[in-house]
Amino acid sequence: MSDELVRGAFYSVLIVTVVLTATAMALWFERKFAARLQTRLGPTMVGPSGLLQPVADLLKLLQKEDIVPERADRKIFNLVPLLAALAALGAAAVVPFSPSVVASDLDVGVLYVLAVGAVTVIPVFGAGWASNNKLALLGGMRAVAQSISYEVPLLLSAMVPVILSGSLRLGTIVQTQADHHWFIVWPFFIGVPAFGIFLLAMLAEANRIPFDIPEAESELVAGVTTEYTGMKFAIFLMAEYIHTIVASAVGAALFLGGWDGPFRPGLHWMVLKTFLLFASVYWIRWSLLRFRADQLMRLCWRYLVPAGVILVAAAAVWVVLP
Amino acid sequence: MTALRTVQITRRVDPHLSVDRYDPEGELMLLHFGPQHPSTHGVFRMDLYLDGEKVVKVVPHVGYLHRAVEKLCETLAYVQITPIVDKNDYVAPMTNEQALNMAFEAALKLEVPRRARWMRMLFAELQRIASHLLWLGTFALDLGGALGGGSTVFLHCFRERELVLDLFEEVTGARFHYNTHTIGGNRHDLPAGWSAKVKAALDVIGPRLDEYEAMTLDNRIFLERTSGVGKLDAELALELGITGPILRACGVDHDLRRDAPFHAYDELKVNVATAQGGDCLARAKVRLLEMRESVRLVREMVDSVPEGSINSGRPVKLPVQTKIPPGQVYVAIETPRGELGSYLISDGTQFPYRLKIRPPSLHALSALPYIIPGGTVSDGVAILGSLDPIMGEVDR
Repeated sequence: MSDELVRGAFYSVLIVTVVLTATAMALWFERKFAARLQTRLGPTMVGPSGLLQPVADLLKLLQKEDIVPERADRKIFNLVPLLAALAALGAAAVVPFSPSVVASDLDVGVLYVLAVGAVTVIPVFGAGWASNNKLALLGGMRAVAQSISYEVPLLLSAMVPVILSGSLRLGTIVQTQADHHWFIVWPFFIGVPAFGIFLLAMLAEANRIPFDIPEAESELVAGVTTEYTGMKFAIFLMAEYIHTIVASAVGAALFLGGWDGPFRPGLHWMVLKTFLLFASVYWIRWSLLRFRADQLMRLCWRYLVPAGVILVAAAAVWVVLP
Repeated sequence: MTALRTVQITRRVDPHLSVDRYDPEGELMLLHFGPQHPSTHGVFRMDLYLDGEKVVKVVPHVGYLHRAVEKLCETLAYVQITPIVDKNDYVAPMTNEQALNMAFEAALKLEVPRRARWMRMLFAELQRIASHLLWLGTFALDLGGALGGGSTVFLHCFRERELVLDLFEEVTGARFHYNTHTIGGNRHDLPAGWSAKVKAALDVIGPRLDEYEAMTLDNRIFLERTSGVGKLDAELALELGITGPILRACGVDHDLRRDAPFHAYDELKVNVATAQGGDCLARAKVRLLEMRESVRLVREMVDSVPEGSINSGRPVKLPVQTKIPPGQVYVAIETPRGELGSYLISDGTQFPYRLKIRPPSLHALSALPYIIPGGTVSDGVAILGSLDPIMGEVDR
């Protein structure tokens, strides 16, 4: 029992450290990647190929004046960035990076990830409300509508691997895929659409373009983060990146076979798959325009939810069939 | 006018809606949209009365960029005014200079040499390409955000716009505020080998326009965000004095380049692009078509610029002492944004008595209270972007 505890604590610290470092690197990667898409060079001055740019950004944000609007709800205003980061980090606990590298392989891992991921909407709305700013409030309203709506297709698409493998434990889901096929390969007619829905819902949950309407800087200036400055803003930003990384890792585990792969250790494969998913999120982000709030809802309720229900039913039938 | 009578008059939004009567409970939210806002194209403010996300009433406010240009012009000699008006429509300075100097020339009854007129035409068309490219970029920013796909389109458009600015720099020495037009002609002649560079630039820009069409008109999200949004009917557009691509997007075939030829447009055949619907998508289509047409026109013109003098010369020792005989004159040209007019009243001295500039963007903005209500905040941003307002010329 105490072995289990020590192992959990060790991997928790390890994973938090790695995820936070990965977030910094993700910032650098995104800036470079976006720059290449836009015929620019991106950061070049700080460190080799601008690798230390995130550090410089962080130092800059640390020096910024910490402004709390006069009529803001101070307690909530100061608390929510932390909550957002914690909720995003918390989901990383059950992600199996390899058969052994996992902080806590819960029996209800999938449920836990989705539940903790869904908690992020509370700090986002809290920020919108506490800022006492109309633009932030509008952003918060949109965030709630969007997150709650996209929970449904996210859950439905995550149910597909759960049904196919017969377990809510992420480790078992990956092991099933390692023993047989990745769910995206076979049964592909269920796995591929489910993966597509998962990817879309994940973009919406992580507030990424084309679903970034809670921020929508061309409409709402910066949405919920309009009034945030300095480190509080940085923490919000970090939470968003962590959310994307963790969601990519979960997607890799659910559909892409997690740590399964030839020649290299499982950890390498898991990191590679997570990175590829993560990169595709940024590819989408930097090449698409943004939906309008009502179009977003229409897409969710009219297409994704029915499709998700059908896929869950199909998966159930598939499992029952010999 | 018979063609216009057939236009179906839709029930219009009341721009003077009484908020107190509409909403006695006071449940609407008043959102000050601008002047400090990333997508108000400068310093423009709209007071949006919101019912949730839906806009109920819009009150536009202009004047944040007012620099008293018209008053300033009354204290300047005629040749000194050109560089001032460069800063009006800071996205298409060439056409600003032309509209102004043509008014002076008309008042002086000065014949501009054919070469100068052709050069002006060439500059105007190149400027149209550059201006529309900037519009496409900023419109994409409005739709897609500065941290996303929008900025990708924006930077790609800027890449091509640079090519045009490089060409202008080669001629005038300035990348933006050129001061190349003057009374009676142009200041700078075309350098040797310039036409080859123009053609090289067009060879790059032409195919890229195909890319932009694919990026926008074949893009499902772009279509979703623009089609049916901000519908403006032709009747209202004419009533408000709207001109240029916005009017043509309402299906009205009106272009001063063809209908009231200036420069040497009577020697060319200009195909006027129109679209039906009057929504954001139609406006985008018209501008994309116009860019193509401008590329075609420049290709046609660049080799056939006639030889000769570029300036008619004035019978004065010092250009600053140019005096315009008493009287008044109005000259209008088709800029990338529509009809830009200069109305000059002279009292016979070397300073204008009154110089009124008619900016197309101001008239375009006057449509906002009619076309935004009923849409959402996101639509408002898209509609404002599709009107392509330049606050420099709105406020002057």
